[in-house]
Amino acid sequence: MNNISYIVLIPLLPLAGFVLLGLFGKKYFGKASGIIGTLLLFASASLAIYTAYHYFASNVTGQYQSVIALKYTWLQFSNGLSIDMGLYLDSISMMMIVVVTLISLMVHIYSLGYMKGEKRFCTYYAYLGLFTFSMLGLVLSSNIFQIYMFWELVGVSSYLLIGFYYDKPSAVAACKKAFIVTRFADLGFLIGILVLSYVSGTLDFNTMIQTLTQPESSTLKTAVASSFLGVSAVTWGGLLIFMGGAGKSAMFPLHIWLPDAMEGPTPVSALIHAATMVVAGVYLVARLFPIFAITTPVVLEVIGWVGVISAVIAAIIACTQTDIKRVLAYSTMSQIGFMMFALGVSKYGGEAGLGFTASMFHLFTHAMFKALLFLGAGAVIHYVHSNEMKDMGGLRKSMPITHITFLIACLAIAGFPLLSGFFSKEEILLAAYQQNAAIYWIALFTSGLTAFYMFRLYFSIFWNREHLAHSETTTHKKSEGPFVMMLPLIILAIGAAAAGYIPFGKYVSTDGKPLESHFDLSFSILPVVLGFAGIVTAWIMYKKQNPLPDKLSSSFGALYKASYHKFYIDEIYLFITKKILFNLVGRPAAWFDKHVVDGIVNFTGNSIQWMAESIKKFQSGKLQSYAALFLMTALIIATIFIYIWK
Amino acid sequence: MTSPGLEHILFISAALFFIGMYGFFTRRNLITMLMSIELILNSVNLNFIAFNKYVWPDKMDGLFFTLFIIAIAAAEAAVAIAIIINLYRSHHSVDVESAQDLKY
Repeated sequence: MNNISYIVLIPLLPLAGFVLLGLFGKKYFGKASGIIGTLLLFASASLAIYTAYHYFASNVTGQYQSVIALKYTWLQFSNGLSIDMGLYLDSISMMMIVVVTLISLMVHIYSLGYMKGEKRFCTYYAYLGLFTFSMLGLVLSSNIFQIYMFWELVGVSSYLLIGFYYDKPSAVAACKKAFIVTRFADLGFLIGILVLSYVSGTLDFNTMIQTLTQPESSTLKTAVASSFLGVSAVTWGGLLIFMGGAGKSAMFPLHIWLPDAMEGPTPVSALIHAATMVVAGVYLVARLFPIFAITTPVVLEVIGWVGVISAVIAAIIACTQTDIKRVLAYSTMSQIGFMMFALGVSKYGGEAGLGFTASMFHLFTHAMFKALLFLGAGAVIHYVHSNEMKDMGGLRKSMPITHITFLIACLAIAGFPLLSGFFSKEEILLAAYQQNAAIYWIALFTSGLTAFYMFRLYFSIFWNREHLAHSETTTHKKSEGPFVMMLPLIILAIGAAAAGYIPFGKYVSTDGKPLESHFDLSFSILPVVLGFAGIVTAWIMYKKQNPLPDKLSSSFGALYKASYHKFYIDEIYLFITKKILFNLVGRPAAWFDKHVVDGIVNFTGNSIQWMAESIKKFQSGKLQSYAALFLMTALIIATIFIYIWK
Repeated sequence: MTSPGLEHILFISAALFFIGMYGFFTRRNLITMLMSIELILNSVNLNFIAFNKYVWPDKMDGLFFTLFIIAIAAAEAAVAIAIIINLYRSHHSVDVESAQDLKY
């Protein structure tokens, strides 16, 4: 690995696509813009895979080192404190660039079919390029401020893509909500950056981790000693940075934007709100993991609990939603909760770092099967022209490829043995079992629920209500989608099935040393049995149309209703903002603005007008009165100078 | 016959000044007003000459000032008459009361 500056091309190629298509797309490229974007991304993905291959293959010492491929000092504040633009290569960033470029490429190909005939086709591809660029920049950042900038860029491109159908009021509301909620979380992130950079005196990841993880260093001692509200500065910094991560990763209670974000085009949901952007929070925690694990175990505890609470709440909500994309959104939130608490139960170094590896492993496999689920759902929506479960049913004959790939993804996410989700989830559960029993049991329950709601979705789409499908096929024969839409499904299905066989522990671990993941068959019996139970329950309830689901929902009563209404969290937010914030802060501020600030401005204007009104009579146009005034003034001034001033 | 003293000349000068002032403020005809201004200027000239002659007889400053003022008064009269002619062309009158267009 001597000449590695070509890596900069990986993020720059999608950026070139954005600039090219954004500026000239509509005029010169038209329909070809999709091909151009896809080709650029193909080049970027090939480079990314090549880079990752080289990085992992060139490991000779047995421990993965982080490499800074490129560093350019952008803003120098003082010695050591500078904002750099750099490329940071280590095992997790290598894994992430492969995930991001691969999923993005799949989405680019898929969109060629899905978005065909769309009026703003080239704008769509331009936005996809912008997003891919920002996400790659985010994962390759070498500086915490650089990551923050790309973090916001990712937020902007997500905003643009959620609001892609800007003539739909719900999409507009959703994109604003996503932006505002994540922005609010990013406020915490920014303060966290400032706190951490203040106590460590640097913005550079490597140096910051070094300074903040050596218990003997004096900087750390003062940082731990200085406290605010009984919590040390480092802990505050860690908590606030996690707040940013929680906002982006849709962790409870900042998750409210994710389900609404499903208003965007479905491929976008697959790319941004399933596989890449929403795991940015997990990635951020993983990036600063040594600080969390060594210096601030309290924050890690918080991360673990937030993760597991999000996982279980989202899973319960997912069981009752009827919009298929919303089910997938809550499932995403639940799975990210898994990744978060896996980080939360991890420790630094050696065997105890299993959670870290498991989390990254799950991130990788989840990207595959969740992107596949979204793209499959996109194909279904494309076919049925509806998001609602009640409009679907019996689609397995008319959409065979989608059916098979969707089934593989469902089995993978449910943790069916020998598919990818099984391996990563087992590892997470094992890590939780070793460190924190309470989290383990909640997670176990959640993984059973996961199997249930995924198969509820699967059976509702492809089995239940056969008559719907029959009536359609007799009237007109529709194809399930063009080849460009089926190809990504097949590729991702292979990924979802096989990604679990990558010996992940060998490549990704907390300290860079390979971690032997020992696999205990007897341990996996319980989760697998629970998963099967979930699948069977869904099979009984949803394979054929029957009154069982309705009966069950009415017997659960309040719980069902609460879950259907997403535990009223949106309403709570509305109450807090509308009733409390608006009334207690907004209105007094508005009054102050209207009466005091405006008052001062109006008073200035009015008094000057009054003065002008009263002296304008002097401008009479009468020559002789001017002369008289002149004479009098001259006399007065003369008197003053002669008798008074002297 | 005794020659007139400084005070006599100053008296004439003051009289000229106030006659001019009176004319300027009471007359409505622009030509008359211009003439009144000339009276005021000439009263000033008279002052200069008188002080020069009686207070510093060996100096010429007052004399030169007077010459300058006469030259400037001539130029000023030319400009003023040009303005008055233009005013007459547009308003068909040389009355100051008729020229009140420039006001609030």
